[in-house]
Amino acid sequence: MIFMMKMLTGNYASAWGAKLARVKVVAAYPITPQTTIVEKIAEFIANGEFEGRYIRVESEHSAMAACIAAENTGVRTFTATSSQGLALMHEMLHWASGARLPIVMSVVNRALGPPWSIWSDQQDTISQRDTGWIQIYTENNQEVLDSIIMAYRIAENENVLLPIMVIEDAFILSHTMEPVEIPEQEKVDMFLPEYDPRYKLDPAVPMGFGSLVMPEGPFMEYKFKGQEAMENAMNIIDEVDMLYKENFGRSYGGTVEEYRLDGAENVLVIMGSVASTAKDVVDKLRNEGKNVGLVRIRSFRPFPYKRLRYILKNRKSVGVFDRSYTFGYGGALFTEVRSTLYGLSTPVKGYIGGLGGRDITTGLLEKIFMDIIRIGNEGIDRDYEWVGLIGDKRW
Amino acid sequence: MKNLTIPEEEYMLPGHTACLGCGATLAMRYTLKALGKNTIITIPACCWAVIPGVYPSRTLEVPLLYTAFEVTGAAVSGIRQALSAKGIEDVNVVGFAGDGGTADIGIQSLSGAVERGEDIFYIMYDNEAYMNTGIQRSSSTPKGAWTTTTQVGKVRDWKKEKKKNMVEIMAAHGIPYTATASIAFPEDFIKKLEKGKKIKGPKFYHVFSTCPTGWLVSPNKSVEVARLAVDSKVFPLYEVENGIYNITYMPKKEVSVKEYFSLQGRFRHLTEDEINEIQKEVDESWRILIEKEKWSKSLIKV
Repeated sequence: MIFMMKMLTGNYASAWGAKLARVKVVAAYPITPQTTIVEKIAEFIANGEFEGRYIRVESEHSAMAACIAAENTGVRTFTATSSQGLALMHEMLHWASGARLPIVMSVVNRALGPPWSIWSDQQDTISQRDTGWIQIYTENNQEVLDSIIMAYRIAENENVLLPIMVIEDAFILSHTMEPVEIPEQEKVDMFLPEYDPRYKLDPAVPMGFGSLVMPEGPFMEYKFKGQEAMENAMNIIDEVDMLYKENFGRSYGGTVEEYRLDGAENVLVIMGSVASTAKDVVDKLRNEGKNVGLVRIRSFRPFPYKRLRYILKNRKSVGVFDRSYTFGYGGALFTEVRSTLYGLSTPVKGYIGGLGGRDITTGLLEKIFMDIIRIGNEGIDRDYEWVGLIGDKRW
Repeated sequence: MKNLTIPEEEYMLPGHTACLGCGATLAMRYTLKALGKNTIITIPACCWAVIPGVYPSRTLEVPLLYTAFEVTGAAVSGIRQALSAKGIEDVNVVGFAGDGGTADIGIQSLSGAVERGEDIFYIMYDNEAYMNTGIQRSSSTPKGAWTTTTQVGKVRDWKKEKKKNMVEIMAAHGIPYTATASIAFPEDFIKKLEKGKKIKGPKFYHVFSTCPTGWLVSPNKSVEVARLAVDSKVFPLYEVENGIYNITYMPKKEVSVKEYFSLQGRFRHLTEDEINEIQKEVDESWRILIEKEKWSKSLIKV
C-alpha cells in the first residue's frame, strides 16, 4: 500500500481534502484564521495541480452565492470561512440548504466580536445551527482532511442533498502541524465519483429553481423534505464513516465518538479539538479509579439524539461543555443533550468556557469531571455555569 | 416574406403576472429575443422574481435561477465559472435585476463580477424605485419624484437627490461594454445585445422600463413615456465601448422635461421653477455627454 504522510496544518489538510475531492469551483474570501486554506488552493492552482476554478469574490456573502449558482449549474463546489465571514453568509446558508445543494465548506471556529478576537470558540458555527447545514466538528488535522472527503460523499447522497460544514478550531488545528496521511487520488476517485446532479441549469432542459410558492403549497412540504433529509443524514454519516474505514483504514465514530464509556458512570459531552485534552483527563481519572468517560459529538446537525440517548441512558451523571454561549440560558449543546435525555433521571449540567480562545486546560477539565461526579452523588446544584472566568476561585 | 426589425422568436410565454403596461416585461422579452435559447438567466428579488408566475408555472423558456437580492453579480459569476469548468463557453449567462438590486443592495457583487472580468450579461431593468415592495425610493429614483418613502406632504419631502449613474460607474470599472437602452427603442436595445454577444467579458445594460403602477402613468402610455424620456434627453441612448462613448440615438424633435413629466403622477407636485431647475440639469448632462463622445472618440488611434 502506497501512502503519503505530510506535516500539515488543519488548514492545509482542508485544502488537500478539496483538491482530492476534485472540486470544480471554489469561491472564497480571506478571513483570519481561514486564509491559509484558500492560499494553499491558490498555490495548487498556480502549480497546475488543481483542476477547479477559484473565484476571488469580494465578500463571504458572494462566496456562498457563487457556490450556490455554480452548484446549481451542476458542479462540485467548495468554500471556506470563519467567524464574521460565516455570520455575513447567514442569508445564503439558508439558501444553500433550501435549494438542497451539497456544498462543502470548511469553517475555522473563531470567536465573534466585539471585542475583536481571532481565537477559537464555537460561537460562529453554533449561531448557524438552524440554517439547515450539516455540521461536523473535528478533533485533529487528519480528521479535517478525511471529513472533507466524507462530507462530499454524505452531502451528494440523493437521500441527503444538504450542504455540510467541516469545522476545525482556530489555531489549535488551523495553524498547528500534525502528520497527516494523504489518501491516494485513485482511491478517493473510487470513493467519490464525479458529481452529476439530476437537476441543473441547462439550456437543453430549461427549468426554474426557487420559484415563488403560495402558503397552500408546497413550501411546507418542501421544508419537510429537508427535515427528512437531515434525519436520513444521521444514518448516512455513520455509514460513510464505516465505509471510509473499509477504504482508507480510518474511522471517527460517524455522528458520535465514544471514549472509554465501558462502565463509565460520569460522562462529559464535548465537541472539537478540546476532546483530545479531555481524553487525557479521562485516562488520568480512570487510572485513579474514577469511572469517567467521554462523548465527542461530531455531528451537531443532525443531532444524533437516538444514538446519544442510547449511549447516555444509564449513566449516573452527565456534564456538557459548550465553547459557545446563548445569553439567557445554557449552551446550545447542553440544551440539546438535556432535551435528548428528557424523562430519564440522569442529572445533566452545562459548563460554558474557552471563549475567545481562553485555554481549556487539563486542570479545568479535571475540575469539571469532579463536579460531574459530585452531582452524580449529591444531585444537581445549578443548571449550568460559566467556567474559567478570571477571579473565579471555584474554577 | 416578413420584414421584421426584431427577431420573431419568443422565449417569454404569455401568462405572466406583471401589472398592465409593465415595461420590465418588454425588457425581458427583447433580451431573450436577442440572446436566444442558449441562455441561462438569474433573477434576484425584484418584480421579475414574481412575474414568471407561481410554482409550477414559468413564463420563461430558458433555465432560471432565482436568488437573493444582493447577489446577482456573484450568481452570474458562479454559473459562468461552473460552465467553463465543464468546458461550456457558448451559453449566454445573464443577470436580470432591478435598479434597487443593482444600484443599491447589489452594487458590491456587481462591482466584484465586473472587476473580475466575468463573461456575463447584466441587465438592470430600471423602473426607478423598489416597485415590487411598493414604490420605495432607490438611488436610481430620479430627482423630483414622489415615492412612498419620499412623500410630498406638507414639507414637500419628494426626492431631492440626483439619480445614480450606473453606466458611468461601470465605465469607471473599465468594462468592455456598457450601454443604456429603452423599452421604447427595441431595435436599438437588441442591436446592443447582439453586439455584446461578440464581446468577451462583462456587459452591462441600463434599460429604462416604465412602471405605470409606480409612476402613476396610464398603462397604455408606458411605451410613450419611455420614448419621451429619451426624446427629452432625460434618458439618452448611448453606449461606452472600452471607454469610447457613442450616442446611438439623436432625438429628432425638441421635447421638454415638463412634457415628459406631464404624463406621470409622480412629478405632479413640482412647481414651474422646480421643473425648470431639473430641465437645466438635464440640458447640462446632455451637453456633457456630447462632449464626452467627442472627446473620447478623439482618443481613438487611427
